[in-house]
Amino acid sequence: MSTFQIEESPTTGDEVISNYTINFGPQHPAAHGVLRMVMELDGEIIERVDPHVGLLHRGTEKLIEHKTYLQALPYFDRLDYCSPLAMEHSYVLAIEKLLNIEVPERAQYLRVLFAELSRICNHMLNLGSHVMDVGAMTPNLWMFEIREDCLNFFERASGARMHMAWFRPGGVHQDVPLKLLTDMADWLDTRLPELFEDAMSLVVDNRIFKQRNVDIAVVSKEDAVSWGFSGPMIRGAGIPWDLRKSQPYDAYAKMDFEVPVGTNSDCYDRFMVRVEEVRQSARIMKQCLAEMPEGPVASDDRKVTPPKRGEMKQSMEALIHHFKLYTEGFHVPAGEVYVATESPKGEFGVYLVSDGSNKPYRCKIRPTAFSHLQAMDMMCKGHMLPDATAILGAIDVVFGECDR
Amino acid sequence: MTVVHSAPKIASNDGVQETLTGALDDMVMASSEEHGEIIITVTRDRIEDALRLLRDDHDYQQLMEIAGADYPDRAERFEVVYMLLSLTKNHRIMVKVNAAESTPVPTVTTIWPVAGWLEREVFDMYGVIFAGNPDLRRILTDYGFEGHPFRKDFPLTGYVELRYSEEDKRVVYEPVQLAQDLRSFDFMSPWEGADYILPGDEKAEEGDA
Repeated sequence: MSTFQIEESPTTGDEVISNYTINFGPQHPAAHGVLRMVMELDGEIIERVDPHVGLLHRGTEKLIEHKTYLQALPYFDRLDYCSPLAMEHSYVLAIEKLLNIEVPERAQYLRVLFAELSRICNHMLNLGSHVMDVGAMTPNLWMFEIREDCLNFFERASGARMHMAWFRPGGVHQDVPLKLLTDMADWLDTRLPELFEDAMSLVVDNRIFKQRNVDIAVVSKEDAVSWGFSGPMIRGAGIPWDLRKSQPYDAYAKMDFEVPVGTNSDCYDRFMVRVEEVRQSARIMKQCLAEMPEGPVASDDRKVTPPKRGEMKQSMEALIHHFKLYTEGFHVPAGEVYVATESPKGEFGVYLVSDGSNKPYRCKIRPTAFSHLQAMDMMCKGHMLPDATAILGAIDVVFGECDR
Repeated sequence: MTVVHSAPKIASNDGVQETLTGALDDMVMASSEEHGEIIITVTRDRIEDALRLLRDDHDYQQLMEIAGADYPDRAERFEVVYMLLSLTKNHRIMVKVNAAESTPVPTVTTIWPVAGWLEREVFDMYGVIFAGNPDLRRILTDYGFEGHPFRKDFPLTGYVELRYSEEDKRVVYEPVQLAQDLRSFDFMSPWEGADYILPGDEKAEEGDA
């Protein structure tokens, strides 16, 4: 052949091929929302990831400063819209801690019951979409069946499928009908285990699923602690840390459940921790249903919780209380607290500063995904591009919460 | 005060405040224990030493959160609050430093890598500068955003609004125009709420003085 050659071609000779940079997102189905990741790739190997968050930033914390304590509550539903009640839980507990008011036992049980239902609901979405991110379709559809059931339960308790605003400072908004509790018990015994175990039987021992997840993004215990991991991410790393167990709130101290931990700290372990958590949540719910006492569902402190409608028609004082609570709102003693609960995604904290008025002076929300997403660079380094979606799926990121 | 609420129960606070303020010694500016929360304010320049001491000698292994807060009346208007968690002792404390717009706070990314984004967020929202943070970019606000939105003197509506311009075929920023005034009602009880100014009633004030 001839000696034809393009001079100074970038791909010939000893010249090093430079890495190239791509955008993952902001509109990418596996990004679980609006996440832009600037990735530096060497071929298909990830060299560096720079996640750009904040595309869903709505200034929730600033808005809360301009609302009364009760008006601010529905904003929490809209943070992590996959598990709204878990977000409300931290907020109402923070208010109650400042007010130091007692919550009736039935309300505590109801909160735990519905917080665990939210956990199942959240994990259905996460497990399903994680499976779909790595290529399987069917389990996701089955788990959406369960999620649909959960949303129906929420609707029957509060009237809203997703944004319940049902936990209130001092208790819950309304009592639930007995039929709802019995239906829930039936569902826990029949439909949930059937659908869930069927879906899981397709996934957990599946060769393709394991190839995509085992040994992906292994994080040491030390790294998990120093990167501020929490929830299934820290348990996946083998640290048995669950706020429901170690720092019990509401009725969790009375519940008998186990905390699953991972052994290998990879994406597969994080997935399996969540799978076992669903079973443990079902166990907690059954205990709640069995042990739930009768009684009031909200504190009887009329300076915090509004009176019943019937009472309002009879009593002048109740009418005044109702009017004042829904216009001025209640006053919270000055002080500051940081209250964190175990949301399905990890530690969800609320740092609440009160100046003694009817509006929070400052309400800092500690999202779970923020610290986890920061570790993306550390976890992705050296993995292939398609592994990034598996790692993201195992973080369980929802941008309503991450960006606030 | 007896505790009747059902918020998360951590290990006992007994003696913790004394032990920690004793260990931090001259770094401590103030400390308090209220509502079951131990808050220690340390001098700004020593924050890195203080947190390193708390992590290494007192088992506060995790930095869960850094929160900013704005108190415009103070000489150093910002507070930066570090939430520490001890996994082994099952305990939480808060460590605070005060800062002004012009006084940088030393970074703690040297102790915890997680501090990187948390400090970026406080910088973005309040404009507190963290000296030594290797990547102090804005994080939550838009590319090219100006100002620090969570400061108390930043209006709730912001200064600019975004829309898609059909002429320019791109999104454009314009000064914010409200179709109706931002409604801010004062529902406080008259005797504890706003200071109402009654025209012609200046004599009442003079009488008090």
